Amino acid sequence: MAGRLSTVGLRITHAIPVILGVVVVSFLLTRALPGDPAVYFAGAAADEQSIAEIRTALGLDKPLMEQFLIYAGDVITGNLGNSLSTGQPVLQDLANRLPASLELTLTALLLSCGIAIPLGVLAATRPGSAVDHLCRVLVTAGVSLPTFFTGVVLIYVFYYLLGIAPSPLGRLDFIYIEPDRVTGFYLIDAAIAGDWETWTGALKQLVLPATTLALFTLAPLARMTRAAMLSALSSDYIRTARAAGLTEDKVLFTYAFRNALLPVITTLGMVFSFTLGANVLVEKVFAWPGIGSYAVEALVVSDYAAVQGFVLAMALLFVALNLVIDLTYTLIDPRIGFETK
Amino acid sequence: MTYKTSRRGFLTGAGATVLGASVLPFLKVLPASAAAGDVVVAVTGQTINSLDIQRTGTNRPSYQVAVNVYDRLVSFGTKTLEDGSLSYDYSVIEPEVAESWEFTDDDMAIVFKLRPDGKFQDGSPITAEDVKWSFDRAVSVGGFPTVQMKAGSLEKPEQFEVVDEFTFKINLLRKSKLTLPDLAVPVPMIINAKVAREHATEDDPWAMEYLHKTPAGSGAFKVASWKPGEQLVYERNDGWTSGPVPAVQRVVLREVPSSATRRALLERGDVNMSFNMPNKDAKELSGTEDITVATTPIENAIYCLCPNLAFEPFKDKKVRQAIAWAVPYEEVFQTAAYGRGAPMWGGPSTAPADIAWPQKFPYSTDLDKAKALLAEAGYADGFEVPLSIDLSQSDWMEPTALLIQENLAKIGITATIEKIPGANWRTASLVEKRLPLHLETFGGWLNYPCYYFFWAYQEGHLFNSSNYRNEEIETLTSEALHMSVEDPDYAPKIKRMIEIAWDEVPRIALWQPALNVGTRNLEGYEYWFHRQLDVRGLKKA
Repeated sequence: MAGRLSTVGLRITHAIPVILGVVVVSFLLTRALPGDPAVYFAGAAADEQSIAEIRTALGLDKPLMEQFLIYAGDVITGNLGNSLSTGQPVLQDLANRLPASLELTLTALLLSCGIAIPLGVLAATRPGSAVDHLCRVLVTAGVSLPTFFTGVVLIYVFYYLLGIAPSPLGRLDFIYIEPDRVTGFYLIDAAIAGDWETWTGALKQLVLPATTLALFTLAPLARMTRAAMLSALSSDYIRTARAAGLTEDKVLFTYAFRNALLPVITTLGMVFSFTLGANVLVEKVFAWPGIGSYAVEALVVSDYAAVQGFVLAMALLFVALNLVIDLTYTLIDPRIGFETK
Repeated sequence: MTYKTSRRGFLTGAGATVLGASVLPFLKVLPASAAAGDVVVAVTGQTINSLDIQRTGTNRPSYQVAVNVYDRLVSFGTKTLEDGSLSYDYSVIEPEVAESWEFTDDDMAIVFKLRPDGKFQDGSPITAEDVKWSFDRAVSVGGFPTVQMKAGSLEKPEQFEVVDEFTFKINLLRKSKLTLPDLAVPVPMIINAKVAREHATEDDPWAMEYLHKTPAGSGAFKVASWKPGEQLVYERNDGWTSGPVPAVQRVVLREVPSSATRRALLERGDVNMSFNMPNKDAKELSGTEDITVATTPIENAIYCLCPNLAFEPFKDKKVRQAIAWAVPYEEVFQTAAYGRGAPMWGGPSTAPADIAWPQKFPYSTDLDKAKALLAEAGYADGFEVPLSIDLSQSDWMEPTALLIQENLAKIGITATIEKIPGANWRTASLVEKRLPLHLETFGGWLNYPCYYFFWAYQEGHLFNSSNYRNEEIETLTSEALHMSVEDPDYAPKIKRMIEIAWDEVPRIALWQPALNVGTRNLEGYEYWFHRQLDVRGLKKA
């Protein structure tokens, strides 16, 4: 156990150069973008003098190196600057919006794992059967239907026509008061506060967007589960297990499934990180105040501080995510260890 | 879109839910006495990024906070338009914080008498001291507020004088008809200086950081809660002293980026208002039972095609006229604007009959005339030119550009469409003025033709993206800008300016855009030149 802790520590130190690189690159890339924030934020009737005043106010008239040093100094003290487009400190924006995105993405992933993994396993154990075909249809549909389209169709059917779903107005309908902030996840915060009315309200709002995202993330997971299970089932150790007369359940779950999990976890990690940044369209359709739409809006108006903050937050998140996935590997397959590296 | 066939569904299903969401109070905070008609829910696609209009980086949607939460010395009146909708009335200036005002004998100062019972939202009196502090701030902070104040010849703190507690004097730099209307625009709002001063620091003498998040005004509504990117909640100020206390208790303004979702919400009846709807939705929803769509042409605004005089073929007036004759106006108006707004082509004469602005330009689609003019100019074989559009306005710019491109090809001009990202658009088109042929959208807050000409036709000014210069326009605009409309010289000057602008067409008018607002069970929506939501007059039907 002590060995594992020290390797975790080691892995975290390995992340430091990555983070430093991200800070430099995100700074340079935002400056390389076309567009002039001073002009943009000077407003409709600005003249050259007012643009110059704003440039000075934003510190954009200083040489690039000096701007970078100021930025780096601020980052070290935990100050990510102020976003121009929302008018709030970037750190506060991220703290508000990251949990919203995480809550949506995690719920969607739970949902899609809950469907994709059993489906993949069933499809692999019964190739060519009806389940296998269902799996194929779902996967094809999930890949080929863009999320904004699925989102709009779901709203149309379940909100507009049937009236079952609540109005797609973001995380909570305006009749509810948001729960006291502990984690930023409404479901968790409402549960902590014991406010089950709000909890149900938040869950209702989650259903449609999470389903939209789940349909999209289901495809790679189901495919990967099916493929990994197929290759595991056709391997030598399964033949041996079967020859030894082990029960089918034991063969399937203890030997085949456990071995098939590694590529599935890898895919899950990739899908998660991808979805977190890429669910912009779902966020737009459902008015979800997430981090994806925040980053896109910031990019459109060359809001440097917000873009840099977003990139940095994502980098930190990915480092953490990779660590968690690596640790999960060692739990699933004892042959894998950090020590071997 | 998916909602086309949906009216059937909404007729059967939505009627019952109309009251549903908008009636329910906040579960935990509203007192039980709050009546059903007291909460209005509105949706918009835009984000409010500050509660202080005078801050650097405050975006347009945020201007409504200045309107609803703060008062000004004076305001504009209200009139009913032909279609029955309400609009502010530019010709009437009404008291707000000021009870009365008069010009001094030499017309070089205005003296305002404040309401002696005027109160800020915290209960403290509105004094001349507060007005001076607020005006000093607006002319000192730089950027947009300072520019807007300057338009009314309000340029330096020395102009503003506290005579006594309730008497405030503005010393004028010049006689200008723009000064009084400029006091009624959102910018010169009156801030509670006592509160603001408490939060001012040495680095931040104007309390920019504090007022950014915490308004300190005297307006009809308070901000009950604000979550940028999600919603803003207005709560009525029961002690409003500058006008009749509003009918609604609370207005929830929710941000919904997707226009399809906004439309579904309005059709289902879960919201009372969709502010600034796309033209397409406005066209399809108008005439629907229960939904009222107000489409108001935006005053003093024109969507234009601008040939840039810094580039060779456009230096020749004939080439510009040829393009003006080549634009397929009707198709553009129907395709890009869904017929919402006012046509700006096909005027009867090359000399204007009156000084209305904008009015129809004397051009229409006539390809033969266009070809003849091009040949006269020596471009019978045409030329190549990029036609630039703004990606963030591609909803109307793209179809417009495609249709224009098609017709230009018929007269031998090869236009290639160049899409410029939103962040870069202003720099390229307005600041550097380096786009040879492009679309432009200027609209002036102060509703005078000379004000439009000042920004869009005088050389070097921001919205003159055509790099146009005409000596006569330069002189006439400068003369007319501050002159009173009643002055007998005014109308002839304006007519002459319009005539030149029509003849030389550095800006080819396409149409006058409109602001669409859909309401449901709601009355009292009023159009304002600032194109933001004024919630003060709203009432549940």
